[in-house]
Amino acid sequence: MFKKILIANRGEIACRVIKTARRMGIKTVAVYSEADRDALHVEMADEAVFIGAPAAAESYLVAEKILKAAKDTGAEAIHPGYGFLSERAGFVKAVQEAGLAFIGPDPKAIDAMGDKITSKKLAAEAGVSTVPGHMGIIKDADEAAKISAGIGFPVMLKASAGGGGKGMRIAYSETEAREGFISAQNEARSSFGDDRVFIEKFVEEPRHIEIQVLGDKHGNVIYLGERECSIQRRHQKVVEEAPSPFLDEATRKAMGEQAVALSKAVDYCSAGTVEFIVDKNRNFYFLEMNTRLQVEHPVTEEITGIDLVEQMIRVANGEKLKLTQADVKLKGWAIETRVYAEDPLRGFLPSIGRLTRYLPPKEGDHVRVDTGVYEGAEISMFYDPMIAKLVTMAPTRDQAIAHQRRALDEYYIRGIAHNIPFLASLMAHPRFQSGNMTTGFIAEEYPDGFTGGAITDEVREAMVVTALFMNAVEKSRDTQVGGQIAMPMGPQEINWVVSIDGDDVAANILPMADHAEVLLGAKRIPVRSDWVPGEPIFRGTIGEVDYAMEIDRLPLGYRLTTDGVSRDLRVLTERAAALHALMPEKPEPDTSKFLLCPMPGLVVAVNVEAGDEVKAGQALATVEAMKMENILRAAKDATVKSVKAKAGDSLAVDAVIIEFE
Amino acid sequence: MKHILEKLEAKRQEARLGGGAVRIEAQHARGKLTARERIDVLLDQGSFEEYDMFVEHRSTDFGMAEQKFAGDGVVTGSGTINGRLVFVFSQDFTVFGGSLSETHAQKICKVMDMAMKVGAPVIGLNDSGGARIQEGVAALGGYADVFQKNVLASGVVPQISMIMGPCAGGAVYSPAMTDFIFMVRDTSYMFVTGPDVVKTVTNEIVTQEELGGASTHTTKSSVADKAFDNDVEALVQLRRFFDFLPLNNREKPPVRPSFDNALRIEKSLDNIIPSNPNKPYDMHEVIEKIVDEGDFFELQPKHAGNILIGLARIDGETVGIVANQPMVLAGCLDIDSSKKAARFVRFCDCFNIPIITLVDVPGFLPGTAQEYGGIIKHGAKLLFAYGEATVPKITVITRKAYGGAYDVMASKHLRGDLNYAWPTAEIAVMGAKGAVEILYRKDKDDPAKIAEHTKNYEDLFANPFVAAQRGFIDEVIMPHSTRKRIAMGLKKLANKQLENPWKKHDNIPL
Repeated sequence: MFKKILIANRGEIACRVIKTARRMGIKTVAVYSEADRDALHVEMADEAVFIGAPAAAESYLVAEKILKAAKDTGAEAIHPGYGFLSERAGFVKAVQEAGLAFIGPDPKAIDAMGDKITSKKLAAEAGVSTVPGHMGIIKDADEAAKISAGIGFPVMLKASAGGGGKGMRIAYSETEAREGFISAQNEARSSFGDDRVFIEKFVEEPRHIEIQVLGDKHGNVIYLGERECSIQRRHQKVVEEAPSPFLDEATRKAMGEQAVALSKAVDYCSAGTVEFIVDKNRNFYFLEMNTRLQVEHPVTEEITGIDLVEQMIRVANGEKLKLTQADVKLKGWAIETRVYAEDPLRGFLPSIGRLTRYLPPKEGDHVRVDTGVYEGAEISMFYDPMIAKLVTMAPTRDQAIAHQRRALDEYYIRGIAHNIPFLASLMAHPRFQSGNMTTGFIAEEYPDGFTGGAITDEVREAMVVTALFMNAVEKSRDTQVGGQIAMPMGPQEINWVVSIDGDDVAANILPMADHAEVLLGAKRIPVRSDWVPGEPIFRGTIGEVDYAMEIDRLPLGYRLTTDGVSRDLRVLTERAAALHALMPEKPEPDTSKFLLCPMPGLVVAVNVEAGDEVKAGQALATVEAMKMENILRAAKDATVKSVKAKAGDSLAVDAVIIEFE
Repeated sequence: MKHILEKLEAKRQEARLGGGAVRIEAQHARGKLTARERIDVLLDQGSFEEYDMFVEHRSTDFGMAEQKFAGDGVVTGSGTINGRLVFVFSQDFTVFGGSLSETHAQKICKVMDMAMKVGAPVIGLNDSGGARIQEGVAALGGYADVFQKNVLASGVVPQISMIMGPCAGGAVYSPAMTDFIFMVRDTSYMFVTGPDVVKTVTNEIVTQEELGGASTHTTKSSVADKAFDNDVEALVQLRRFFDFLPLNNREKPPVRPSFDNALRIEKSLDNIIPSNPNKPYDMHEVIEKIVDEGDFFELQPKHAGNILIGLARIDGETVGIVANQPMVLAGCLDIDSSKKAARFVRFCDCFNIPIITLVDVPGFLPGTAQEYGGIIKHGAKLLFAYGEATVPKITVITRKAYGGAYDVMASKHLRGDLNYAWPTAEIAVMGAKGAVEILYRKDKDDPAKIAEHTKNYEDLFANPFVAAQRGFIDEVIMPHSTRKRIAMGLKKLANKQLENPWKKHDNIPL
């Protein structure tokens, strides 16, 4: 076995690989850029080598630097993780020429599968069913429009070297095909350094189901069941699970066998993934093969009990697979949600900065958190804004969902915006719970974006009870301040009013021997919790139900967050509440006169000048953040009064770009 | 006898109505509570004892003999906040617009006298149209009597003013001499002369809100220490604030049980200092992670943001926090920030509140605006305040401590009791770049040489050890142990005895 391996990656996947290597007794070498000096993977590895500036193109994507780091540290093999150099055949060849082992497939397989056009031809030859499309290289926007019309709309334009949703556009008309071609090409060039784009039929209402395969250098290939990744937002996977609630045993077997046939056709000798689109009649079409470890591999690990990283290392070392297809048994259910540094309430715009508070849920039999951050770590603008992958596992899907909901409620992140409320809302969604989903799920169920989860009466009442309970704990502590001349009334002697969503709820609280009872009208609700002031999460049993609620302090109460829902609650004495009712509502300041920068980023272009008349929906400016170009459009018809920013400016969130008349 | 008792109750009922139902409604329509409603929110339920409820004015001019209201436009008395004694006066806008008469002033003076005698804070809830013009000079005399009390009470008992309506003309000077002024947004304003006079004299056209509203005074003028959204929020937050304060200058601040482990380790502070020395970080995070339960009552949050001041607790005991804020003007000292911090340091010293100073200061802000504005004397205020303070002083240098600003920020030389530095601290006369430009002026056109000199200077001074070698730093500490060190330090300093030489009073560069 290797004595030492280098991980040519960063973030959670580098940490993930280090964990397995350490368990196998293999020493690890991390590489890091300027922005990652204090990163978790650097701390976890036995050694770490600095490889350059923050931009990936100057560090994580520079093969020579990685190879030098491996040589200097005496690493015998390189694990590429996902992204970066993981699917670059040229890099793999260089690794092999340097006399090192590559923990992944052969360059031949990467070459064949990495290019989406070649891979489709190969798949067709191997008897795998494929989606109709145009495989050739497209010269320009006009040709793209013509080809699209030939296939029939809607079509999908995709970066040939792409992945992860970057450089992908759907077009419903020739105009959109032209526009989509240009922007896909631009994004492909900046993200992958390869601007080839291809076009295929866009299958509507599809499910995304992929097969995990595992091969060795002795011609053995097995499949480890499927993962369903239909919950996607703009082609970025958000939720993944294994198994799929949709597949039957026959389809699973058919897909698995096709995946194995394709893998064998390219002598695949590592962990890989064959992605399919599955229609409502369980017809499946080959989409692409990812010749690397997938982001969502943990759900497969959890239901098969197989450590995929360990298998990758073993086969890279030339070992024969000890597993046969018959050994692969799917047990239980695993669900993964991707926790991202993006603001679901502001159109999922990326958010960067320091994680001033970071309290992940506790790992255990039902919860696994794969992450590369810790409290105080920085989410930088240079890399993917993923904070962590939250995986829960249980015997049934319903239980795995229940564990997700609890874990999300306990996931406390401050300092940056994050998508946990959205993930919690997904987990609470009846349609998701029913398993009836397509890749259009998010677009269909959240057509106007995410505006905060829906609150149930049960949760609303639990919030009222929680606020009153915490208030009572704090108020009884207040009565213990030193230097008193009189004992003030305890919280149990006072009539309270809790306000939520504009409703005032009269309530009382009574301390009991080992719990408290909250009186809401005729209801008497027991609360059990050992919450103390200052704890950021309330954990307790209200009635018969366990809750975890995140707490943020407000001047007159608390903001509570649970189940993807946030509410501001006011807790006042009966008298103060009656007086508060006399207070005027303060209107929000009017910001509609401005186009504000929605995220920290670089202004790429401002398309208007002072005096221009603009129409609602017209593109006004482009801001680049996290390698994504975001087009800012006019919310309504208006006249531009002045332009406050120009191309090349670096703007903070809410900086004024354009002022309207 | 019963009917006599009932008569008292009837008289009280009448007095409690103040200016009557119509005016109460008008007060509510303005988004304001009445004087007594405010006291209900401020004090513990049932704790208020009113004094001088039946006092009436003695004016007869301009038909005043016919207009009398029991209490004469101000409600005074004592009560408790979480069981601790406080004296209160609350001006009643429903009676003569809360205007101050001779008797009105006498009522205020009475509670102030009592407060000083027994050693309890005074809270004034201000909502007054000004002097009662019908009384003329008698009302002016009343103001001056209150001013004199304010002066005598200053440093003896905490005095807090909550501006909840108009406060104009001479009336502003009583709050101005109290320890803290809070305001309510949109319903309160303070100015020496109102918009009409301003227009007549200077031709400036300005609204009441622009001239003296809460946002003006919390951002531009720094007259007010904090603003709140409405009366209820203001009073509930005032209760919270009160719990930090000692009752008088002979007592220590109150201790409130804490659920936060005093020895808590805060790992995330180990990487809060960015590797790039020109990159800022938010000092709020350092404060919130050091103090109990992250509970920091910040004062003047919107003025002179380059320095942060406020009250917090460590292991249940009140501390005053002064901290440079690298996010604003790199945390430099300038006129505004020096004044802001100096007055706070002196407040803490008056009332036995230990001072925790967090230092990341690149120096004083240069420029004509600062020099013409008198930064020399204003900067000296903070220097003076730290130098004369005898309360426990614990200082932590997190990053830069350059030049004279290093001396100012509660350095060892100003009788700092415990002076800590993080390993990231740089204690030097100035930053390496500036120092090299002076020391090696002849090499200024040779970037290679300059870079070499800069590196040498950094190697020598960009660390806390040169200062530690001289004993200017007591100990270089790990950032994660900062809370623990401060908590233990406060216990060690609890019985600190230090007195300044006898003097009538000092002569701080005002």
